[in-house]
Amino acid sequence: MNGGDEVVAASADPSLPLEWRFSQVFGERSAGEEVQEVDIISAIEFDHSGDHLATGDRGGRVVLFERSDTNNDNSNGARRDLEETDYPMRHPEFCYKTEFQSHDPEFDYLKSLEIEEKINEIKWCQTANGALFLLSTNDKTIKLWKVQDKKIKKIADMNLDPSRTVGNGTIASSSNSNITSSCLVNGGVAEVNNSLPPRGISSLRLPVVTSHESSPVARCRRVYAHAHDYHINSISNNSDGETFISADDLRINLWNLEISNQSFNIVDVKPVKMEDLSEVITSAEFHPTHCNMLAYSSSKGSIRLIDMRQSALCDSHSKLFVEPEVAGPKSFFTEIIASVSDIKFAKEGRYLLSRDYMTLKLWDINMDSGPVATFQVHEYLKPKLCDLYENDSIFDKFECCMSGNGLRAATGSYSNLFRVFGVSPGSTETSTLEASRNPMRRHVPIPSRPSRALSSITRVVSRGTESPGVDGNSNALDYSTKLLHLAWHPSENSIACAAANSLYMYYA
Amino acid sequence: MSMVDEPLYPIAVLIDELKNDDIQLRLNSIRRLSIIARALGEERTRKELIPFLSENNDDDDEVLLAMAEELGVFIPYVGGVEHAHVLLPPLETLSSVEETCVREKAVDSLCRIGSQMRENDLVDHFIPLAKRLSAGEWFTARVSACGIFHIAYPSASDMVKTELRSIYSQLCQDDMPMVRRAAATNLGKFAATIESAHLKTDIMSMFEDLTQDDQDSVRLLAVEGCAALGKLLEPQDCVTHLLPVIVNFSQDKSWRVRYMVANQLYELCEAVGPEPTRTDLVPAYVRLLRDNEAEVRIAAAGKVTKFCRILNPELAIQHILPCVKELSSDSSQHVRSALASVIMGMAPVLGKDATIEHLLPIFLSLLKDEFPDVRLNIISKLDQVNQVIGIDLLSQSLLPAIVELAEDRHWRVRLAIIEYIPLLASQLGVGFFDDKLGALCMQWLQDKVHSIREAAANNLKRLAEEFGPEWAMQHIVPQVLEMINNPHYLYRMTILLAVSLLAPVMGSEITCSKLLPVVITASKDRVPNIKFNVAKMMQSLIPIVDQSVVEKMIRPCLVELSEDPDVDVRFFANQALQSIDNVMMSS
Repeated sequence: MNGGDEVVAASADPSLPLEWRFSQVFGERSAGEEVQEVDIISAIEFDHSGDHLATGDRGGRVVLFERSDTNNDNSNGARRDLEETDYPMRHPEFCYKTEFQSHDPEFDYLKSLEIEEKINEIKWCQTANGALFLLSTNDKTIKLWKVQDKKIKKIADMNLDPSRTVGNGTIASSSNSNITSSCLVNGGVAEVNNSLPPRGISSLRLPVVTSHESSPVARCRRVYAHAHDYHINSISNNSDGETFISADDLRINLWNLEISNQSFNIVDVKPVKMEDLSEVITSAEFHPTHCNMLAYSSSKGSIRLIDMRQSALCDSHSKLFVEPEVAGPKSFFTEIIASVSDIKFAKEGRYLLSRDYMTLKLWDINMDSGPVATFQVHEYLKPKLCDLYENDSIFDKFECCMSGNGLRAATGSYSNLFRVFGVSPGSTETSTLEASRNPMRRHVPIPSRPSRALSSITRVVSRGTESPGVDGNSNALDYSTKLLHLAWHPSENSIACAAANSLYMYYA
Repeated sequence: MSMVDEPLYPIAVLIDELKNDDIQLRLNSIRRLSIIARALGEERTRKELIPFLSENNDDDDEVLLAMAEELGVFIPYVGGVEHAHVLLPPLETLSSVEETCVREKAVDSLCRIGSQMRENDLVDHFIPLAKRLSAGEWFTARVSACGIFHIAYPSASDMVKTELRSIYSQLCQDDMPMVRRAAATNLGKFAATIESAHLKTDIMSMFEDLTQDDQDSVRLLAVEGCAALGKLLEPQDCVTHLLPVIVNFSQDKSWRVRYMVANQLYELCEAVGPEPTRTDLVPAYVRLLRDNEAEVRIAAAGKVTKFCRILNPELAIQHILPCVKELSSDSSQHVRSALASVIMGMAPVLGKDATIEHLLPIFLSLLKDEFPDVRLNIISKLDQVNQVIGIDLLSQSLLPAIVELAEDRHWRVRLAIIEYIPLLASQLGVGFFDDKLGALCMQWLQDKVHSIREAAANNLKRLAEEFGPEWAMQHIVPQVLEMINNPHYLYRMTILLAVSLLAPVMGSEITCSKLLPVVITASKDRVPNIKFNVAKMMQSLIPIVDQSVVEKMIRPCLVELSEDPDVDVRFFANQALQSIDNVMMSS
C-alpha cells in the first residue's frame, strides 16, 4: 500500500486514488499544551501561483509561508516544471516567511459593539514587481497589504561626521532636523544657492549605501472601512485585477482596489422590515474568469449566480441553484443544516462546490435543476443533530476546497478529520484523513459510497485503539476539535489545513 | 569627514538626509533635489546623483512619487537637453514599481523629458526604453510602456516603427487586463502619431481587438477610443469603421459599456459627423434613453439637449421628445433629476411653438416632482426657458413649486432655493416678486438652521442690489428692523448680520438715519455675544458713514462697550476704537 510504485502511478494517472502523506506542520502543539484562543487559525489561502500560503488567526495576525522546495527560484516557472519531471516525488514544501498584525480589536462607540480582530478571510491579489499583495478582513474592515523584501541598508560616507551627532546624544539628533528646517525657513539654502559656483562644490559627497541582506516588510496600503453594517463573511477578487467584492450577512459591495473611500452596493437582500428576514448571505465568490459573474450562497441552502452586466443593483439573480425538495420527513434541523457555509468555483469556472452542514455538493453552473453530485461528509452525525444543536456545533461553518485540476474536493469535519472526495464522474474515491503527523493512522479504506461506510467511519472517528467495543461510543467524538479551514494548492496535490493553532500540510 | 564649509552645511545636511531614517526628512531632501544638484554641479549630478537615485528605488512610495515628479523637470540640472537621456534610467525603474500613482507620475515625467529630447537621443535611448518596458516581466512595466509609445514613435525609423506598432498590438492582447486597459486608454494618443496609411490597418485592428475584449473594463475604455479615433480618421472611414462599433457598443450586454456610450455620446456623434448621427445614432440613442438600467438612462438623459442640438427640430420632436416625456415620469428620481437639469436647454432648440406644446407640460410636471432635486434643477435653469416662452406662462406653476421648496424639510434644499432667489427676482421683476416672494425672504431670517439664516441675510443684500436702495427702503428695511426685538438672541444676531450687509448697499444716509440707531440700541443688549458683534459691525460701518457721525454716535457707544464687564466685548470695542483712530490719522 505504501509502495513507491503506486505513488508514481498515482501521479501518472490523475484519476487514480491518491495516497496522502504528511508533509509539514507549523505551530504543532506539544502534549498537554493549552491552545491560546488568539492563536487559532481562522483563514487559509494559497496564492495563484501556489508559491505562497497565508494564514490568518483569531488574534488578527497574518502569517505568510513561502515555498521552499524550488531552490528559491520561485519566479522561474519553466525551471520548476523541468525539475518536477525529473523528480516526480518532489512535493511542495513551505517555510515561514513573515508575519504581521493585520487587525486589532476595536470598539464601535456608536453601536456599542466590540469589533473582533479575528481574520475572517484572506485573498491574494496580483503580484507586482516582486511585491506580494493580499486582502485581509475581519468582521468590518478590509485591508490591502503589500509585503516586499526590503534591503537592510548600511549608509556610509556622510558629509557630516555621524560620530559628532552621536556624541552629542539625543539632543543633537533631534536638533539635526531642526537645522535643516530652520535653514530652509530662513532662506539659508537659498542664499547658498545663489552663490554656488557653476562647476559645483567638490567637497560635498553623496552617501554610499551598501546593502547586505533583505527581509520582508509588510505595509498596509489601503483600508476599506465603514461599508458594512453586518459582519463580513467573504471577500473575493475579480479577474479584472482592479475590483473585489465584500459580502456581509445582507449586502454585497463592490470595490476598486485603488479607491478605499467608496464602494458600490450590488446586492442587498435586506427586507424593508427586519422581522421579514428569512435568509442571509453566507458566502460570495467571483467567477474565476468571467469578470461579470459572481455567486453567493444563502442560509436557506440556495446559491445564486448573478450577472453584473444586467444592472447596477443585482438583486435579481440570473440563476438559482437549489436542491430540489425531497419528499419525506422534515425535522426541526432540516433548515438549519441546509445553510451553505462556503462556496468555491473550480479553476475553470464551470463547476461550483458548496458545503452545507452535512454534505459537500458539486454544481454545474449550466445545470440549475440540482447538484451534479452530493457527498456525505459525516452522515454518522445525523442521529446526533440534537446534541450538535445544543452545543451550537450545528452552526459551525466548514469550508471546502477543490483541487487545481478539478478532480477532487476536500472539506473538514470534527475530531480534526477532513475528507477528500473524487468528484469526477465515476470516481468513487473517498478518503478520511486526520490533521496530525500520521494522517492515515486510522485510515480505513472506505469501499465506495459513504452510506455503506457508516460503521467504518465511526471506527475511524473513535480515538485510540482499534477495539471494536468503541463502535457507537458517541463520547469519543470530539466536537471541539473541528477542522473548519483548509485550502488546496492551485496546481499540485497538496492540502493545507488548520487544526486549532496548527497548520498541517499533506501531499499526494 | 566633517570637512564641510559652513555655508555648505545646509546642503550637506540635505544630502545626508536623502538616506535618513525619517521619511519626512527624506521627502524634504527629495523635494529639494534641484538644490543638491546645483551644489554638485552638472557633471557630478549626471555621474553621481542620478546613479545614486537609480539605486534608491525601494524607498517608500511617497518618496518615490516625489522623486518621479522632480526628475521630470531635471533637464537643466544635468546639463541641458543633450544630457536629458541620463534621466531615463531612474524613471524607468520608477515606472515599473507597483504603486499606481508613482508609475503614472514617472510616465508623465518620461513623456515630458522625451518630448524635449533630441531626435537621435530618442532613437538611442528612449525607444529602447519603451521596448524594454513593454517586455517587462511584471505587468506594471508593461502598463507604463503603453503610456510612452506616442513619444517614442514619431522619431523612429520605418523599420522600428513597424516593430513598435506590432509591440503595441501585443500589449493590446496582453494576458493581464491591466495592461490591456492601459493600452486602450493610450490608444488615442498613440494613434495620433501614426501615419494615416497604418492608422486604417494596424490601429483599427488593435482597436477591434479591444472592442471585443472579454473584460467589460477594457471594452468601456475602448468606447473612449472611438471618440479619439474619430478625430483622426477620414469622415467616410469613421462611418465604415467606427459607426458599427458604436452601434454595437450601444447594445452591449454590459450596462457599464452602454453607460459609457451614453456618457460619451456627444463626442461619438462628433466623431461620425451629423449625417450618420441622424440616420444611425438616433435609434441607438433612443434605445439608451429606454435602457433597462437606470444608470444608463441617467447618463443618456443628461445628454438630451446636447444631442438635440446636433439634430434638426423635426427629428428631435419626432424621436427624442417621446422619450423625454417617458423619462419625466421615470421610476428613478435620479433619472428625472438628470433630465430636469438639462431639459431647459431644449427650449431654444425646439423653438417657441414646440416648446409650449411639448416641453411646457414636461417642465410643469417636473416642477411638481416629489423629489426636491428635480424641482431645483428646473428652477435653476429658468432663464433658458424665459428666453423662449416668457415667464408669464411659467409663473403660475412656478410659484407653488418655489413656495414648497422654500419650506422643504431638508435645510439643504431650502438653502439651494434661497440661492436662486436673486436670479428669479431679476427674471420675474419687481411686481411679481413683491406679492409672492417677499414674505418668504423674511421668513427665512427666522429659520431654525443657521446656514439658512445666514443665506437669507445675504439674499436680502443681493435683492437690494438688484432692485435698488429705494425699493429696499420700502420692502426690506422696515420688516428687518422690526425683527430686532426677537426674544432669542440668535435671531437678533441674524438681523444684525443683515443690517451690516445691507448698510453698504443702502448708502450713508439711510444707514445713519435708519440702521445705525438700531445698532446702537442693540449695544445695550443683555447678551455679550450681541454686544461684541455690535462692536465688530460698527468697525465695518466706519468707512460707510460720515466722520461726524462716527464721532457723534459710534464712538460714544464703543467707549461704553470698552468698559463692559465681558472681556470679549471690551476686546472688540477697543479694536473698533483703534480703527476709528487709524482712519482719522490717515485722513
